[in-house]
Amino acid sequence: MDAMLFWVLATIAVTASLLVIAQRNPMYSVLLLIVSFAALSGLYVLLQAPFVAVIQIIIYAGAIMVLFLFVVMLLNIPTEEPTLERRWATGAGPRRFGAVLSAVLAAELYWAISSIQKTDLPAGVPETTVKDIGVRLFSEYSFAFELTSVLILVAMVGSIIIARKEPPRDHA
Amino acid sequence: MPSPETLAQLGVIGFTFFMLLNSAAVLVYMERKVAAFVQQRYGPYLVGPKGLLQPLADIIKLMFKEELRPKAADPLLFYAAPILSAIAAFAAFSVVPFGADTDFFGLLDRKIPLAPADVNVGLLVIFAVTSMGVYGIVLAGWSSNSKYSLLGGLRSSAQMISYEISYGLSFATVIMLAGSLSLGDIVDQQAGTWFGFLPKWYLFLQPVGFLIFLIAGVAETNRAPFDFPEAEQELVAGYHTEYSSMSFALFFLAEYVNMVTVSAVATDLFLGGWHGPWLPEYLGWIWFLAKVGFLLFFYIWMRWTLPRYRYDQLMEFGWKWLLPIAVINLLVTAFAVAWWGF
Repeated sequence: MDAMLFWVLATIAVTASLLVIAQRNPMYSVLLLIVSFAALSGLYVLLQAPFVAVIQIIIYAGAIMVLFLFVVMLLNIPTEEPTLERRWATGAGPRRFGAVLSAVLAAELYWAISSIQKTDLPAGVPETTVKDIGVRLFSEYSFAFELTSVLILVAMVGSIIIARKEPPRDHA
Repeated sequence: MPSPETLAQLGVIGFTFFMLLNSAAVLVYMERKVAAFVQQRYGPYLVGPKGLLQPLADIIKLMFKEELRPKAADPLLFYAAPILSAIAAFAAFSVVPFGADTDFFGLLDRKIPLAPADVNVGLLVIFAVTSMGVYGIVLAGWSSNSKYSLLGGLRSSAQMISYEISYGLSFATVIMLAGSLSLGDIVDQQAGTWFGFLPKWYLFLQPVGFLIFLIAGVAETNRAPFDFPEAEQELVAGYHTEYSSMSFALFFLAEYVNMVTVSAVATDLFLGGWHGPWLPEYLGWIWFLAKVGFLLFFYIWMRWTLPRYRYDQLMEFGWKWLLPIAVINLLVTAFAVAWWGF
């Protein structure tokens, strides 16, 4: 049963992720990404981590993707035209660079997948509880946690400064 | 052959779904009658005794309406949006218990929860599913390809994101008091009384939290006085301007089911769920229904009494008043729990 659910969810996640980059309509891309997140959340449930699963939905599917959707709607980006001339992406240099990058990625993926050692999940693993996560987060990993919050604060200040209206200047 | 417990659980799931569907019909009738009472008129009284069959007439009318779609609308998303709305509304109720764990008077070998599912992160599931509800409205607004719909959808998403934070923080105070995320546990913590007469409801420990939950709940369900997504004077009908027939009915259904869910969650979190005096435990659901019914009446009463706010007032209230109060309330509760250890 669990194995079947794993394959179903994994297939949905991979297919949806592939379709995200195959889409020309940004609206559909955003929605497919949500589908992919939902399937990932299902995988977390199978791994006995319901808290992570729900947080995945709340943070990614519920909050971040709504903002993505918001941006797509406000800018009303038209469907990407394949015929559009994009010099920076069609020259010989960028193509070679892209080819090198994808070769590196393929090599890394091969290395990562081939070095997986298959171990069964130990049977009596207790479900991770919210309390366990909280205690770990504020004792063992408190430095990383605080560092992340500073990073988010910096991003927030930065976005406010970028979005701020320029003060009116004198006509020169 | 599945075990009797599994079958009973499936029965509970089916029953909950059926009752949620019916609750929408009952609420349509209740809303019209209460509105009529507030405005000093009769309300529906022709179809059936005292107009009781009016919701049925409404449904039949909606089913026979023509299904219209604007030519420039995105067909797939246009039809998916109301379905998404309805799914999110029903799914949110899936972890809400409405009675104590029961073995149906000894019919089953072990007790099953009187809820579609009992999850140990129940409250977070409700929060997650509610936050998915916004997609139905946003997609409806975008795919209709009409400026009224788009504005309605944008407003709704901004409103829901803004009030979701206060909503979640009022959840958090109850979680800290109860020390659990499961709604069943939270309700059981509220059993009994203080000094022999005051029920141990979190309402009395968390009056501010309850108030924040009620206000944010109205904003989350897009009801008056926060019904900006469908402000008639400005936006015709907001995100569902272009919808007709059963697609429109699905949005309506989702709105009423969401109201029921918010009221049921408020009952479980703050009003002691199915605990109450006089009745034996197996009749606790009567208390639950009474409390939910009162909250629903409160919502309808508010809608027909208060005028709509202005959009900038809504945003200012949400960010400058409700959110700071919710944060301070959370901090005070945290200190109280840490010092006295409830």
